[in-house]
Amino acid sequence: MLLRGSHVFAEAAVRAGCRFYFGYPITPQNELTEYMANALASLPDGVFIQAESELAAINMVIGVSMAGKRAMTSSSSPGISLKQEGISFLSAMELPAVIINTMRGGPGLGNIAAAQGDYLQATRGGGHGDYRTIVLAPGSGQEMADFTRMAFEYADRYRIPVIILGDGMMSQMMEPVEFPDPIDPKSLPPKPWVLDGAKDRPSRIIKSLILDTSAMEEHNWKLFRKYEMIEKEISQVELFLTDDARLVVIAYGTASRITKGAIKRVREMGLKVGLMSPKTLWPFPKRFLLEMSRVVTDFLVFEMSTGQMLEDVKLSLEGRRRIHFYGRPGGIISTPDEIAKVINNIYFKEGLETEG
Amino acid sequence: MKKVFGKPKSLKDAVFHYCPGCGHSIIHRLVAEIIDELNIEEKVIGVPPAGCAVLAYDYFDIDIGESPHGRGAAVATGLKRALPDRIVFTYQGDGDIAAIGTAETIHAANRGENITVIFVNNGVYGMTGGQMAPTTIIGQISTTTPGGRNEKRDGAPIDLSEMLALTDGTVYIERTAVDTPKNIIRTKKAIKKAFRVQMAGLGFSLVEVLSPCPTNLKLSPVQANEWIGSTMTNYFPLKVIKDKVGKLGASPHLE
Ligand code: SF4
Repeated sequence: MLLRGSHVFAEAAVRAGCRFYFGYPITPQNELTEYMANALASLPDGVFIQAESELAAINMVIGVSMAGKRAMTSSSSPGISLKQEGISFLSAMELPAVIINTMRGGPGLGNIAAAQGDYLQATRGGGHGDYRTIVLAPGSGQEMADFTRMAFEYADRYRIPVIILGDGMMSQMMEPVEFPDPIDPKSLPPKPWVLDGAKDRPSRIIKSLILDTSAMEEHNWKLFRKYEMIEKEISQVELFLTDDARLVVIAYGTASRITKGAIKRVREMGLKVGLMSPKTLWPFPKRFLLEMSRVVTDFLVFEMSTGQMLEDVKLSLEGRRRIHFYGRPGGIISTPDEIAKVINNIYFKEGLETEG
Repeated sequence: MKKVFGKPKSLKDAVFHYCPGCGHSIIHRLVAEIIDELNIEEKVIGVPPAGCAVLAYDYFDIDIGESPHGRGAAVATGLKRALPDRIVFTYQGDGDIAAIGTAETIHAANRGENITVIFVNNGVYGMTGGQMAPTTIIGQISTTTPGGRNEKRDGAPIDLSEMLALTDGTVYIERTAVDTPKNIIRTKKAIKKAFRVQMAGLGFSLVEVLSPCPTNLKLSPVQANEWIGSTMTNYFPLKVIKDKVGKLGASPHLE
């Protein structure tokens, strides 16, 4: 199927058995909301509400999730800030949910061009309290479809909100996509913790208020252990031409696509350059990076921001290797030629052509 | 021996933490009695707020999903849309519903969400220690209106129930109080009717209950109840604010 990115997210969500979508208009992701409005209206069990606010939308997701059903909301940067209250509560109450952020230039209203300035917000929790959310970063139409399916699965498996980071460029991109078979929500395994009326069982409570400090500490550590397990189980990267690489570019989403173009260009000139593209931003795929740093001396972090993922790369490598950075914030989309030049400069400045 | 008075099944065997003379304990009991009487304890889901009643889950022996402050109507919307054959109610205070959660409440009402809202209006922020509420009356002293609420500076008390009545989606809205035995009985009837409106699938129902908070009014429990009758009801008169039940073809006597 040939679909634009925002429609890919929506179609994939419906096929993942998501029958509940709540959203509030914001550019550049309205096509996603509109697709869901159509798709869910044509399903007997579909529920679409255009919410009065981002806050209302995420809280409707909370309600559906408490009832054990798959629910999604989506927005773009300023709207995602508003949803952070709900994301913190989802995390505290260990409720599954999928939230798509089509990132745009910021801070503030910023602009509606593609940017990657919400990396830290997404990967550090984003709302108040001691928590993390799974953050997935698709880099192609196919990955937008696959990762949306995966997001619902992770959300249910770990009882955690999952954020998918896209951007305005990816949501407009038309690419052929193969979708997995649709899931009938009725075929999903029942969740043993849901609220559906205390019939033939003791009553249940889903809450986040834990006044007792030791109980709260225990809950925090329980969440932490879950996060540790997730780090072990799901970190994922895509490697592109890294086998013989002396310089590895680290980039995700749209930046990784641009980088691929740049690498093809510099490879033609004989430069041994590869790409490592994190597919999970949280958990950050630290061990893949460490593994690679055993043979690679130079890394270039390229982001459409002033340097946010850069922090994770630095934290992972702990000063072991040279880390270079190139960033274009504000909605500027670099060309592959521009990145090829940056690669070229670093490559020769560090004398990588003579090494090994 | 015949037992003439006991604890409703839908209440746990716990002692209320509410202050002496607090209206919450009475309203909790009424809600639990109604759940028992309507036989819905196996299909009801309650959504308590942030505020004094946040600990409602310690008392109700039914499924409970806690809402972020003010978002009860949105959480309840999600629950009810996901489980249309269950009975979903929120239990919210004045700050929760008429200040931070105004938007969620008005829009859920306007959509005609088939949920029941129990709105406890005691004219003050209880749990946080007695600050001005959206429903604090003119001249009433609170920790943030030390000289009394001043209309020019603080605005006038908001009548959310009347506002909600203007939206098409609301079916039944009544304001009652728990200051006297007679009014407590009236309150029970109203809440029961509100649940029945939902059970009949008619739409949004809300009961606003004027409730004493002696602690923050700095009055004795008896004085706090008297204050409701003598003063608070001047701003918030007890009455059926809206009742479309008959018009919708259902029996107008759902109570
Ligand atoms: S502070 Fe007021 S509302 Fe809260 S429990 Fe005490 S009396 Fe009741």
